[in-house]
Amino acid sequence: MSRWIIDHLWLIPAVPFAASLVILSLPNGRHKSAALLAVAGQIAALVMSFFAFLATLQVSGFRAVQNFTWFTFGDHALRLGWLLDPLAAVMLIMITLVGLCIFVFSIGYMAGDKNFVRFFAYLSFFSGAMLGLVISNSLLLLFICWELVGLASYLLIGFWIERPSAAAAAKKAFITTRIGDLGFFLGLLWLYGRSGNLLFYDGGNGCLESAGLAMLGASAVSVALLIFCGAVGKSGQFPLHVWLPDAMEGPTPVSALIHAATMVAAGVFLVARVYPIFSLGAIDGVTSSLTVVVWIGVITALMAALIAIAQADIKRILAYSTVSQLGLMMVSLGVGGVAAGMMHLLAHGFFKALLFLGAGSVIHGCHGEQDIRKMGGLRRLMPVTFSTYAIGMMALSGVPLFFSGGWTKEEILHVTADWPASRLPYYFLLAGVVLTALYMTRQIIYVFFGDRRAASQHAHESPRVMTMPLIVLASCAILFSVVLTPAWPWLHHYLTDEPAHFEFARLIQPTLFLSLVLVGAGVALGIGMYRKAGAQDRQRPADTDPLEFAQPQLFRFLENKMWIDELYARTVIAFSCLSARLSDWMDRHFWDRLVRGFGAVGRLFGTFATTVDERGINAGVDETTVGTRGLGRLMSAAHSGQIQTYLGVIAIGVLALLLFYAWLA
Amino acid sequence: MTPTLQVFLIVSAALFSTGLLGALSRRHAIFILIGIEMMLAAANLNFIAFWRFSPQSQPPTGVMIAIFSIAIAAAEAAVGLALVIAVYRHYRTTNVDHLDQLKG
Repeated sequence: MSRWIIDHLWLIPAVPFAASLVILSLPNGRHKSAALLAVAGQIAALVMSFFAFLATLQVSGFRAVQNFTWFTFGDHALRLGWLLDPLAAVMLIMITLVGLCIFVFSIGYMAGDKNFVRFFAYLSFFSGAMLGLVISNSLLLLFICWELVGLASYLLIGFWIERPSAAAAAKKAFITTRIGDLGFFLGLLWLYGRSGNLLFYDGGNGCLESAGLAMLGASAVSVALLIFCGAVGKSGQFPLHVWLPDAMEGPTPVSALIHAATMVAAGVFLVARVYPIFSLGAIDGVTSSLTVVVWIGVITALMAALIAIAQADIKRILAYSTVSQLGLMMVSLGVGGVAAGMMHLLAHGFFKALLFLGAGSVIHGCHGEQDIRKMGGLRRLMPVTFSTYAIGMMALSGVPLFFSGGWTKEEILHVTADWPASRLPYYFLLAGVVLTALYMTRQIIYVFFGDRRAASQHAHESPRVMTMPLIVLASCAILFSVVLTPAWPWLHHYLTDEPAHFEFARLIQPTLFLSLVLVGAGVALGIGMYRKAGAQDRQRPADTDPLEFAQPQLFRFLENKMWIDELYARTVIAFSCLSARLSDWMDRHFWDRLVRGFGAVGRLFGTFATTVDERGINAGVDETTVGTRGLGRLMSAAHSGQIQTYLGVIAIGVLALLLFYAWLA
Repeated sequence: MTPTLQVFLIVSAALFSTGLLGALSRRHAIFILIGIEMMLAAANLNFIAFWRFSPQSQPPTGVMIAIFSIAIAAAEAAVGLALVIAVYRHYRTTNVDHLDQLKG
């Protein structure tokens, strides 16, 4: 089975794709078959991914490639391929497993939606595209899947197309990521121009192997930065992060699947995949492209964490936390901790999907309300949701020892501390850890503790089809830490291709206490600030955020996302509008006139040609015709039809010839 | 008086002129045909006369040509008569003044 799946790797993305096509052809009312098909496709992909994963375990440093020719032009062949290595295998498992949980959750969450069938078709389509992305062995194939993922995201964000805000968010997501994709595409072309081979691994000639990298030479930095543009767009890094919080307009399972667990991970995955290009010519593990990655990640992580503190929408808080966590992963990749970044990506996939689904369950229970200030006291009403959500919150905050997020975050802090270029990112990340714990505590207190408020009066626990995925994901978020701990860093060594040894003593490290203190500080700060958040407190009205009361200006700054959207509206978008207006004016008043001028010249020529034609050529032809007709009339008169006339003419002719002859003689 | 070539040619010319006159002046198709036959007979007479007064006048040669010519004339007359009959059947007349379909 393992052998077979290596040869038929393409089946993993193909099955969800096929499911999507079949679902799309179903009539609108067939909810049950649509859900069944989607889940079956996902289970099939999960099983195949699992066997593919098993295959990679057999040999250390496993890598199976399957290249094929897409088309040839001239003597040049464009080749694509599939690739299975540890990086792809863990991504496959994560995507299919999280995807399956979310598919099942969606059955409950989307029940009653009139476009239920279409929703599952899109979900399957997205899953197929994402699976194709992680197993591509060619930057071009990766780019194709990348764009398909973008399309799926567009369709799903704008799923409730009748809401203008959803349509706008879908457009914003598509266009913003497109800006990054343009850079990615340019990088791809540049890479192709330099190395002539877009396959990652091609028996020594691939663009990530020594021969291809040697051809890349000094342009590696530019290529890496251009490819990073794509990752910035897709993974919601500063300055292209603005689409990700708006993407919360889509249904909550979409937010969980796309904007938390898998799709935004594509950017991080991309950087990890083409890491040899980033690290080409590294001195002491530092290159200029990686430095850019680090600082973009630091800015994103800190900025998003700050903004998250002042948001009121339950999903927006999670969205900003996603942005922040993705920034963290980028920092990890930038400082050389590829394995740490990927581990955090996987752990984050599980617990962020859990948090989003939990938020979906809360929204479902509160009848569509998303404002955390209107919730409260849900702890008793939704016990399963609360306990799983708390697990997710602790994993996200990085509580050590029991939660996967804690171990991976610690690992990231560890590699960041060792970065030779600067210590600053490390300190910023430490601040980020405190902020993460703070905003998650705030959210939990608002939603689950305190008194019941408007939206939570008639809240109810979600059906089993929705709580089961929560329980599965919560178990994953905890059990996943088994392979993450420093005592048995199996995943780390699996990704970096080293044998893992069990050593209990490594479990307790100084950084463990450091993160314990930081997370504790964040949580304590959160509890201190928001303990009575929803209630009347001294002079503060009940509907005012404690931070808003204490620091109104700072709160407004953060609540409005640091005015970045407004900044873009004033600068980039205003510039774009201005140039559009300028182009319009140029078009109307300059180009139009130019075209009209050319038209007038053409018409002048036309008039001239008409005159020549009418007066000259036509008249001549007319004359010829009249002459011909006159001659014809003359000739036809001689043709009387009287054979005796003809005979007479012949006789006269002969006589004339005779006389002529006689005269000559 | 020994007949000379001139005498034969004069007779032949007279015969040809008579035939031509008949072919041109008569309105009946049959007479036109007769005129044409007379012109042919004049031509045959010329053949024989030229042979008879040529330097080597061996018996069969000139006569053979004349006989062939007469045979062809007979065939031609047959075709002509058939045409006349077909025309008559079609137009119910053999007056050539009314048969002017050949005009362009």
